[in-house]
Amino acid sequence: MTTVPAASATDQTPATGASAGSAPPRTPEKSRRNKSRPRTPTEWILMVLAVLGALVIFFPILLLLLNAFKSPADYATSTPLELPEALDFTGIQTFWEQNNFLRALWNSVFISTMVAVIAVVISVLNSFAIGIGRVRGRTWIVLVFLMANLVPQEMLFDPLFQLYDDLGLLSNSWSVIITFVVIQSAFGTYLLSSLLGTFPKEILEAAAVDGASRWRSLRSIIVPVIRPTLSVLMVFFFIWTWNEFLLPLAFLNTEDSLTVPLVLEQLNGERQTDTTTLIAGTLISIIPTIIFFLIFQRTLTRGITAGAVK
Amino acid sequence: MSSTKVPWVRSTRPAEPARIPQRGAGKLGYWLYFIPGIILVGIIIFWPIVRNFRLSFYHWRGGRAEEQWAGLENWAALFQDEEYIQSFQNIILVIIAMVIIPTVLGLIIAALLFDVVGRRFGNKLSSFLRATYYLPQILPIAVAGVLFGWLLKPDSSGVFNQFLSTITGDAVEVNWLGGSYGTAMASVMILMIWIQIGYPVVIFMAALQRVDPELYEAAELDNANWFQRFRAITLPMIRPEVFVVSLTTTIAALKVFAPVFILTQGGPNKSTYVPSFYAYNEFINGTDKGYAAAIASSITIVVFVVAVIFIRVQNRAERKDA
Repeated sequence: MTTVPAASATDQTPATGASAGSAPPRTPEKSRRNKSRPRTPTEWILMVLAVLGALVIFFPILLLLLNAFKSPADYATSTPLELPEALDFTGIQTFWEQNNFLRALWNSVFISTMVAVIAVVISVLNSFAIGIGRVRGRTWIVLVFLMANLVPQEMLFDPLFQLYDDLGLLSNSWSVIITFVVIQSAFGTYLLSSLLGTFPKEILEAAAVDGASRWRSLRSIIVPVIRPTLSVLMVFFFIWTWNEFLLPLAFLNTEDSLTVPLVLEQLNGERQTDTTTLIAGTLISIIPTIIFFLIFQRTLTRGITAGAVK
Repeated sequence: MSSTKVPWVRSTRPAEPARIPQRGAGKLGYWLYFIPGIILVGIIIFWPIVRNFRLSFYHWRGGRAEEQWAGLENWAALFQDEEYIQSFQNIILVIIAMVIIPTVLGLIIAALLFDVVGRRFGNKLSSFLRATYYLPQILPIAVAGVLFGWLLKPDSSGVFNQFLSTITGDAVEVNWLGGSYGTAMASVMILMIWIQIGYPVVIFMAALQRVDPELYEAAELDNANWFQRFRAITLPMIRPEVFVVSLTTTIAALKVFAPVFILTQGGPNKSTYVPSFYAYNEFINGTDKGYAAAIASSITIVVFVVAVIFIRVQNRAERKDA
């Protein structure tokens, strides 16, 4: 780290991560020189290796695409790598009819959206007191919140199961929402506290001179300034919550409370499930995530690097 | 994915913190903002921790049954429990699959994409490949598990078995997930590597952006080959990221649950148990919730100890650098 110029320590701003992979700008003269040098055979080999690696990663999903549209008879007689004889939607149809997938989709969207919004609000409130208020013992307070992120979920599930049972919240989306608001806001509190610790104080002083209260400064000045980071956090909270498995599995037990991963897990556990139905269901369960990925790809790459290293 | 959740290392301490000039309420007013956060964390996180630690010193069948004081019996029993010991032995393999292999491969792939593909073949290609490597990270693990379960079906209907049959010419009918400990654990590990690989690739590629391109150009002029550049420039420059990735993925590995639950259910013969699956199973199907609480509490302690060790080591490294 000693050799890194001081500027790099601050290039945590979302702008840098946004185009991770694009090289920093060069002078025209240099890039011309670089381009004029022909690509060596070694470079070609290394490039091909990188492409092959990506193909290996994509291969299971490719197999899924190839087989999800086969009729059961076609699936039984062909090998997995063959194209389907004709586009057949039997598997998809059966999956759709046997499972209330729209309901699960709605449950997942509702839970993840609620968690994303509420967890960001809680993170902002916590980090306002820590980063701007610099209350006593703030390092410890951050640690207390981070416990939520460290604790294994199997430590939580039995006590919380009883709690939600007493409250009548079992098989209710709110059991999962409340739990993951706490778990996700741990990371949000940590990240925003260090971000707000570097908030330019001139702005806040100017606002105070103009008579703005703390609450007003938070709402009208701080939140608008850090909005890009808040949207990154929201995207991440959404997708993390969407993918959660253990606690939703424990809390959500009725047919119409299941989330997308739970529906697929249940289908996978049933012995009489037809293979083509299962493959079709897997594909359908992946589609929302892929759409989400395509929309938020830049936000995601920016987000995982935000807060990784300061 | 939980692995991407805990990068709390290194906090910035600015010399001149922003502060809203105080009027009346003073600093006490800031504590009001903690109220919702503290109440929630108290109920959802701390109450279960206290309750499970307490319960680990009792025998309890659950429900309306009476709790019976057990002292240290549950904790002592852990060390005699073969399934418990086996589950922690498996964690070593999980760490290999979730931490060591992805970090090493991730370093190589990130360096390849950044240094060779990005600079010599264009940024479009390298961004596209990076997105492909990252794709499994955003799939729900449960869904990825079902996908692999289909690929690894036993008998001749399994995709993987059919491949091997085509290649070898003989009918291959290996029961990958239920046949033996070796194949079942290897299958779980491959799923983990597939899921994890994109995380270090993206983090390391972002880190490489910090590195001054002049360094690489100078090295090239000195005729340093790709591997020499990797060792002399890339590796030292992104050491902090390597640290963060190994910390976050180690903790994710200690807490791993879904791949085992979906692929093997701990089988064959409880051989692929991991601690979280064991605790979960004991809470649901076991006869003594006190024992289940002891298992869960012990995992919690291990996670905390590992986190503290990691952060200590890092702080020391930082001080040496400074």
